[in-house]
Amino acid sequence: MLKLRSAKALAIMAALVMAGAVFVSCGESEKPAEQAKEAAPAKEEAPIRMGVAGPHSGDLASYGIPTVKAAELVVEHRNEMGGICGQKIELIVEDDVCKPEIATNTATKLVGEKVDFVLGHICSGATKAALGIYKDSNIPVMSPSATNPALTQSGDYPNFFRTIASDDAQARLEVDFALDRLKLSKIAVLHDKGDYGKGLAEFAKAFLEAEPEAEVVLYEGITPGAVDYTAVVQKIKNSGAQAVIFGGYHPEASKIVTQMRKKAMDTIFISDDGVKDDTFIKVAGEYAEGVYATGPMDTTTNPMAVMATEAHRQKYGEDPGAFFLNAYAAALALLNAVEKSNSTDYDDIVNALRTEYVATPLGIIRFDERGDAIGVGFAMYQVQNGEYVEIK
Amino acid sequence: MDYFLELFLGGLTRGSIYALIALGYTMVYGIIELINFAHGEIYMIGAFTALIVAGVLTLMGWNEIAILVIASIVAVIYSSAYGFTIEKIAYKPIRKAPRLSALISAIGMSMFLQNYVLLAQTSDFLPFPSLIPQFEFLEPYAHIIRPSELVIYTVTASVMVALTIMIKFTSIGKAMRATSQDKTMAALVGIDVDRVISVTFIVGSATAAIGGVLIASHIGQINFYIGFIAGIKAFVAAVLGGIGSIPGAVLGALVLGWTESFFTGYVSSDYEDVFAFVFLVFILIFRPAGILGRSEAEKV
Repeated sequence: MLKLRSAKALAIMAALVMAGAVFVSCGESEKPAEQAKEAAPAKEEAPIRMGVAGPHSGDLASYGIPTVKAAELVVEHRNEMGGICGQKIELIVEDDVCKPEIATNTATKLVGEKVDFVLGHICSGATKAALGIYKDSNIPVMSPSATNPALTQSGDYPNFFRTIASDDAQARLEVDFALDRLKLSKIAVLHDKGDYGKGLAEFAKAFLEAEPEAEVVLYEGITPGAVDYTAVVQKIKNSGAQAVIFGGYHPEASKIVTQMRKKAMDTIFISDDGVKDDTFIKVAGEYAEGVYATGPMDTTTNPMAVMATEAHRQKYGEDPGAFFLNAYAAALALLNAVEKSNSTDYDDIVNALRTEYVATPLGIIRFDERGDAIGVGFAMYQVQNGEYVEIK
Repeated sequence: MDYFLELFLGGLTRGSIYALIALGYTMVYGIIELINFAHGEIYMIGAFTALIVAGVLTLMGWNEIAILVIASIVAVIYSSAYGFTIEKIAYKPIRKAPRLSALISAIGMSMFLQNYVLLAQTSDFLPFPSLIPQFEFLEPYAHIIRPSELVIYTVTASVMVALTIMIKFTSIGKAMRATSQDKTMAALVGIDVDRVISVTFIVGSATAAIGGVLIASHIGQINFYIGFIAGIKAFVAAVLGGIGSIPGAVLGALVLGWTESFFTGYVSSDYEDVFAFVFLVFILIFRPAGILGRSEAEKV
């Protein structure tokens, strides 16, 4: 039976190859016929192999398992539709427990399994450790969740792509918004001394310092949970800042904003998705009005996102977990690249990822030279009449 | 100079906030030599009570002043009941045990109350209405001093004076001082030691509740955890001023508030706490009993 099917597939494939560029749906590559013929039989023997790596056990499993489910849903759907040009897709799932030292083993194992590309890894540290191994074996890798900026920006890993914005994207957006949209120049940068808030503030400060017309008039870490921030608020006032960029979470943000407004200061307040939370508006009340905060782009109205979530509910009986939509988008993008290039060769896939747009639950995306998704990221929101409104 | 004045007032506000909580801390310590770690939680419970009462009264359409007064009274009664009960449950049965046992019991009580409020209410931050009315005569100075700050200064000073008078000149105050010196002797001369200790806890809790209402109105938000950080800082203030001394608690709190405010203003808020604690260590090196503390010979 299997033989018969593969023979049939071979026949179809041969027909396709002969038809050449006429069958655009199965790839636009216009290779010389001989070359394609050589490649075709090799591809026939095995299905397309997609590696999925991430934490599937241990305390961070909840970050990795939704990606496996997303891959299963995408691949299952695709295989029901007949695979890619008749080729089925097979998943090879490997656990890396989010640990860099284990991730290298995971990567070696996937390379040994001869995967064509990898969806993963999940944690930035593990991803970084594994990337070198994939790079040496010419395997494209796409992470739904690794946000460390250096992964793409260092240029060390041309085989790496991701469907999530990097850590500095919010800082970039905040700075651009303050300088270009609001036309401000004197900015105070504050943070709550935490990993998240301080990291963001450091990026914002670096971006501001790179702009000649901007000036960082104050850079301070505040103590989270302190009873009041009068002194810091006075310092902001004294610095003459037109706006505050704050890296941190809503309890501190609401205290600072409230105290600034009560002191009759109208300094603009710009913050991050730790503040883009309804609790912030509830607590700061009228003082929250006009505050800007960045947050992930709204995908609730995207029909593909709705469909993917619904498919997850039907198959697994629950709402999807972390990074599910990012993983779903990544799986679609990878398969789309294979289909469009009609090849599982490294160069073809990478080229297709960078040139071909693909419709995903995150919107219509492609990837830039460094591997970051264009069209995925953060949007600026402002509190207007008691709710966050996206600013276009 | 304006900047200096602003930082001075900011420090005064912060110090007064610490002082309102430190007063109860230091009083309980002065009478029964127990560091009541649950004191910060009493403050938090006072704020929650006031929030609930104020919410109900606002719905009923009462006016601002009446809401502030009634919410404060209910908070004081409720918190005092808590203070009274805590003493009976957690401290009285182990009064004769080594001091460390009472300390552990106090920490346990503090955790219990935090988690109780967390489960019974919510883990979220809740907005706290500004119960303190806007004074018209302060309008021109709105950028320097807010009504809630003025109220906090005034109340802190009044509570300090009232407690000092109570301890120095009333009969219960005399009984407190006697109990603080020697429980056994006090009992022998006819003082009801249990009652004196209960009253101490009730008064201490009442000041914490007043602090809870005023500070929460000033800051505008509360959650179950506010008592912990405020309690730690108030404790530091009490130690700085000389634990057991009422004016010492206020002085210590103000010194702490100013230290933090000026350090933030002129140096950096990054190391605000570090500096505050270094300062504390410094003072304790030169005055081990605190600024106004009297070093007494250890009783043997």
